[in-house]
Amino acid sequence: MSRVTLLALQVLVAVVTLVLWQVLSTVPVFGKVLLPPFFFSNPVDVFSQIVKWFSTGVIWKHLAITLWESILAFVIGSAGGILVGFWFARQPRVAAVFDPYVKMVNALPRVVLAPIFALWFGLGVWSKVALGVTLVFFIVFFNVYQGVKEVPTTVLDNGRMLGMNERQLMRHVYWPSALSWMFSSLHTSVGFAVVGAVVGEYLGSAAGLGYLIQQAEGVFDVAGVFAGMFVLSVFVILIDMGVTAVEKRLLVWRPTAAARD
Amino acid sequence: MAMTKPTAVALDGATVAFRLADGRVYTAVEQANLSVEHGEFVAIVGPTGCGKSTLLNVTAGLLKPAAGTARIFDRPLSGLNRDAGYLFQADALFPWKTAIDNVAIGLEIRGTPRAEALARAGRWLTSVGLGAFAGRYPHMLSGGQRKRVALAQVLIRDPKILLMDEPFGPLDAQTRQIMGNLLLELWTADRKAVLFVTHDLEEAIALADRVVIMSAGPSARIIGDWRITLPRPRDIAEIRMEKDFHALHREIWGVLKDEVMKGYVQSTQVGAA
Repeated sequence: MSRVTLLALQVLVAVVTLVLWQVLSTVPVFGKVLLPPFFFSNPVDVFSQIVKWFSTGVIWKHLAITLWESILAFVIGSAGGILVGFWFARQPRVAAVFDPYVKMVNALPRVVLAPIFALWFGLGVWSKVALGVTLVFFIVFFNVYQGVKEVPTTVLDNGRMLGMNERQLMRHVYWPSALSWMFSSLHTSVGFAVVGAVVGEYLGSAAGLGYLIQQAEGVFDVAGVFAGMFVLSVFVILIDMGVTAVEKRLLVWRPTAAARD
Repeated sequence: MAMTKPTAVALDGATVAFRLADGRVYTAVEQANLSVEHGEFVAIVGPTGCGKSTLLNVTAGLLKPAAGTARIFDRPLSGLNRDAGYLFQADALFPWKTAIDNVAIGLEIRGTPRAEALARAGRWLTSVGLGAFAGRYPHMLSGGQRKRVALAQVLIRDPKILLMDEPFGPLDAQTRQIMGNLLLELWTADRKAVLFVTHDLEEAIALADRVVIMSAGPSARIIGDWRITLPRPRDIAEIRMEKDFHALHREIWGVLKDEVMKGYVQSTQVGAA
């Protein structure tokens, strides 16, 4: 399938879905509207809501807040995951002691933490960041731990025979290996940072995309909910494209990243 | 006034044992006595799983013998062998470094300024025939090219002893010969002590000054030691046609054959390590 055909078909799917949605929610079929506007709104209303947000500029504040929360959650969660991941991987005893607790906390659905974080950190940015951190931390932690553990023995022995001391092994062997594992999960961890931010906003806040959706839902403004969802997905896709670009630069040495040279 | 140089590697009664998962003790190598003189090329040949690599790891200091001693240049070995360079059987290059960075790293960690390390690494890459591949990552190189980089990586540090664990094992026959000749050419330039492990008797005879035969494991022993007096410089491909080569090969193979069969039988039995 050529690029053009693929793109045409992809656009076709969107057009068909939107047209069906619009028709079924406005034109009665046998005297009955199949998608009642109260529950399903319609694409035209959703679109005009989005246009309104952008033309009045209200949306930028919310986008900026969500983006800022996601970035903070990602950075703090990753830093913690890297530190603890390295520490546990290099100190098997510490890892063994903490193992059941790590598993326990990780098994916990993070949503239940949201009320606690709201109590601890208030309704501002930090309770959302905390929620995102609990999600990002574990992904990065497990990957870094794995990355340090799974350095091939031969590569490690080679480093030693070339005269590396512990610090140099860390820098030239463990660190790049751990990073490559971490980067392979970059999409997941960035995605979870956004999830943490939005869920946190949804459960209690005064700004952000989650807040916007929650507000619309509160007044049965279905068009507003769909509009918020749409803006959110575009937001996530844009961030994901950024991550892909970063990944391509950082993992050039990987067979998959640059297979045909 | 010629002072005799101390023996590069001297293993005396080296025994290596591993504790297995079920608690039994598996003796890989028993009472091995082996010496490599300064500038000597010694090849160890034995059936699969006889503990050749184990002996090499003892010499490298990666393994501690359960009994016996290892002396390097007349000093007892404790910890890693800092005089040795090790060419591994498996891929040991750092996959996240380019070819030139892989070669330069040995100098960099020693404190050589990066610019100088890179310049010297570039010269080494040229001398192993990879001058044009400096910027490639290991996965972009063929198996033979990766071995060349690994060889440069080891040699740039100018180790006094070169340990090689079936380094050309995974390569095809032609590439092996080319690599063998390259190795001899580089070795002739400064005559390091070499301990070369292989399962290929022909390769061993073609390369080495001495060929040492090990018995099938467990509790492998050194059961033969032949001096290879074929003239140097040698060409790996051509030397195999010589009459003296055939005579040596027949003689050594007579001893090795039985061990290879024993090793084969053991490897087909359940519970063999």
